[in-house]
Amino acid sequence: MNEQTKTHAIDPHLVERREVLDISREDICIEVQALDLYYGQSQALKQITMSIPRNRVTAYIGPSGCGKSTLLRCFNRMNDLVDGVRIEGSIRLDGDDIYSRSTNVADLRRRVGMVFQKPNPFPKSIYENVAYGLRLQGVTSRRTLDEVVERSLRGAALWDEVKDRLHESAMGLSGGQQQRLVIARAIAIEPEVILLDEPASALDPISTLKIEELIYELKSKYTIVIVTHNMQQAARVSDYTAFMYLGELIEFGDTNTIFTNPTQKMTEDYITGRYG
Amino acid sequence: MTTNRSIGNWFKSGTPWIWLNAAAVSASMIMVVGLLALIAVRGLAHFWPATVYEFDYLQPDGQQQRIIGEVHDSEIVTRGRIEASGVEVPGDALEVERLLVKTGNRDLVGLDFRWLLEPRVQDRDTPADIMVVERYEWGNFYGFLVSVKQEGRVVASGDAAWQALQERLARATELQHRIEDIEKGRIGDINYAMEKLRLERRRLELEGRDTPDNLAAIETRRERLQDDYEVLQQQLGELYGQLRRDSFLATVMDGREVEVPLAKVVRVYRPNAMGPVDKIGFYFAKLWEFVSDEPREANTEGGIFPAIFGTVIMVILMSVVVTPFGVIAAVYLREYAKQGPLTRTIRIAVNNLAGVPSIVYGVFGLGFFVYFLGGSIDDLFFPEAQPAPTFGTPGIFWASLTLALLTLPVVIVATEEGLSRIPSTIREGSLALGATKAETLWRTVLPMASPAMMTGLILAVARAAGEVAPLMLVGVVKLAPSLPVDGNPPFVHLERKFMHLGFHIYDVGFQSPNVEAARPLVYATALLLVVVIVVLNIAAIAIRNRLREQFKAYDQG
Repeated sequence: MNEQTKTHAIDPHLVERREVLDISREDICIEVQALDLYYGQSQALKQITMSIPRNRVTAYIGPSGCGKSTLLRCFNRMNDLVDGVRIEGSIRLDGDDIYSRSTNVADLRRRVGMVFQKPNPFPKSIYENVAYGLRLQGVTSRRTLDEVVERSLRGAALWDEVKDRLHESAMGLSGGQQQRLVIARAIAIEPEVILLDEPASALDPISTLKIEELIYELKSKYTIVIVTHNMQQAARVSDYTAFMYLGELIEFGDTNTIFTNPTQKMTEDYITGRYG
Repeated sequence: MTTNRSIGNWFKSGTPWIWLNAAAVSASMIMVVGLLALIAVRGLAHFWPATVYEFDYLQPDGQQQRIIGEVHDSEIVTRGRIEASGVEVPGDALEVERLLVKTGNRDLVGLDFRWLLEPRVQDRDTPADIMVVERYEWGNFYGFLVSVKQEGRVVASGDAAWQALQERLARATELQHRIEDIEKGRIGDINYAMEKLRLERRRLELEGRDTPDNLAAIETRRERLQDDYEVLQQQLGELYGQLRRDSFLATVMDGREVEVPLAKVVRVYRPNAMGPVDKIGFYFAKLWEFVSDEPREANTEGGIFPAIFGTVIMVILMSVVVTPFGVIAAVYLREYAKQGPLTRTIRIAVNNLAGVPSIVYGVFGLGFFVYFLGGSIDDLFFPEAQPAPTFGTPGIFWASLTLALLTLPVVIVATEEGLSRIPSTIREGSLALGATKAETLWRTVLPMASPAMMTGLILAVARAAGEVAPLMLVGVVKLAPSLPVDGNPPFVHLERKFMHLGFHIYDVGFQSPNVEAARPLVYATALLLVVVIVVLNIAAIAIRNRLREQFKAYDQG
């Protein structure tokens, strides 16, 4: 019943959101310049150039293997973990080149949080999951931790469901709750950007809806980049949409335009379901 | 045709394989249960107060002889075999039974076991007043109580004698305890302190600080100890005097009357007069003595507490050494080392280490740990004790290190296995929150791999607790004068030699002066070794299961 009312509650936002957006008037958060990425010999990203605006939701769509997750993982240098990756071009976060030698990767990841496809809470208590990032930064004050944990869980719309069992294992939560916990964990360290890699693909429709609502709430404070397979989802939550195909950026623009009046034939074919 | 097809179908259905598997499992189970049952029955029966018989035995020379003893064993042999040894067998049966009788009284008749031919036994009886005396020396004594003496004068005889004997034995036991307390406890402590003083003095001399003041200080401390010692020595003398007061007189099977001082007696009992409740009480008292007391008579009597203690301490020390080493090595191999031909080679080498015969580790331990490391430690830190070695001699620490080396591959392999099973999403989740690789390992990956580490440790403990061969080279002895952990600072004496259940089995079974008497103890000790290993394992498994519970959700992955 409750879920039903929430479904209705979101609609006005979705309609209301259809303001006219223009990328040239946005404050740019991440700037990608001529980015090439190679896995060994094969090239996974080809000459990507685009700007991600601050406090907006930017969605990447495209068929599997088109490089959208790879690109997303470039923003917090998660690709560093893969052997044989080579990157050319530049990515600037607030003007700083994140691939320069002087960048501290741990600091970068503190500024650019990430939520993965499959919920991956640590096998610790709910509280400790959210406090993990803060403890890494050496925060030990019980009061600070309590405050941040509550604020983050409220921010991730999970507080009411878990406030009585903060010290129970996070593994006991449902998939949707776990994913929101992971989001709470990410926002606990106050990043600038949150990367979401198909955050709802492993969830049921109701949990998906909650995540989407949450994304809408979060964009007032964070820049959000989301990869999704679900085009309705991209249409619902994002302000800007990028369509990628075989490692290339085919089209990038405000979501309304992309979905209603794409300039590229390929984009139109994909969106209308002719392939992909 | 139809039969052929039905057999074919039967094979295809897999039924024969199921039967084969079931049969293999049953055979294994029967073997395990049978093994445990055998050592349990043979070992545990030893503590039960056996009936003592009085035989009328017809000697081959035609003389009647009275023989008193417990029937230890019996077997059926062919007439021919006995006649071939020059002994005549009455009757005309082709097979005769013979009994192995424990007659005790080794000090009086020389041997305490003898074979009796069943056909020559004229009569057997179980008189209620046969008395079995366990002694500190010479094994058991069997006989009939005549009288109890105090300082050579008879104080009780006849029916009153048994009561008097019980009372006086209680007093003697009490005195024994006090003597033991002084000898082992307080005089032991003084000896330990004296030795420390000697070493201190020697160190002062070596360092050239042997000024008259320092020497005088040591001398006064030594004198104080000496005074304490003399007081104790005097107390001991008095106690020994009191202990020697009582004795008893008993007739043995050949009719002689023998006087036995109570100072030599552990306990007396009349098994034939005991009811079931008494026997059960006696049984558990003996069992308790076995697990809690120290060995007597070249390990063939008394308890095996030092061996249990030594085994457990050695295994614990080994665990404390092998776990961090194995885990650190596995973490490096799996998490940090670049995977390639070199790491593959190292892995193969580590796996092969597990196949090296354990005695080889013993030789290595003796050569490297004991002589090289131990010798160097002695030169550097214990010059005052030279030429007597401190660490340059086999001891519990070197034994633990040797076994740690032996079990290292098991821990490394199990830990690597555990690390490789942790999903990459967890690592990425941690890294994405700004953790470095080391922080991720320390805070998330290692706790999650802890059940696997415990599995490695369980396997290591199971292997180490049963290992004997290498220990014989690096620290196990037949009889250790003191435990490796005691009340003298620094409390844990890593350089000491120790006793071990596995070695104890070998020693009692093959090296003892009275193998026949000690054989049940071999079984009992074997059973105890199994119990100790099972208990150590259960403890480790309980810890692992708790950890598993914590990380349950990922363990199937």
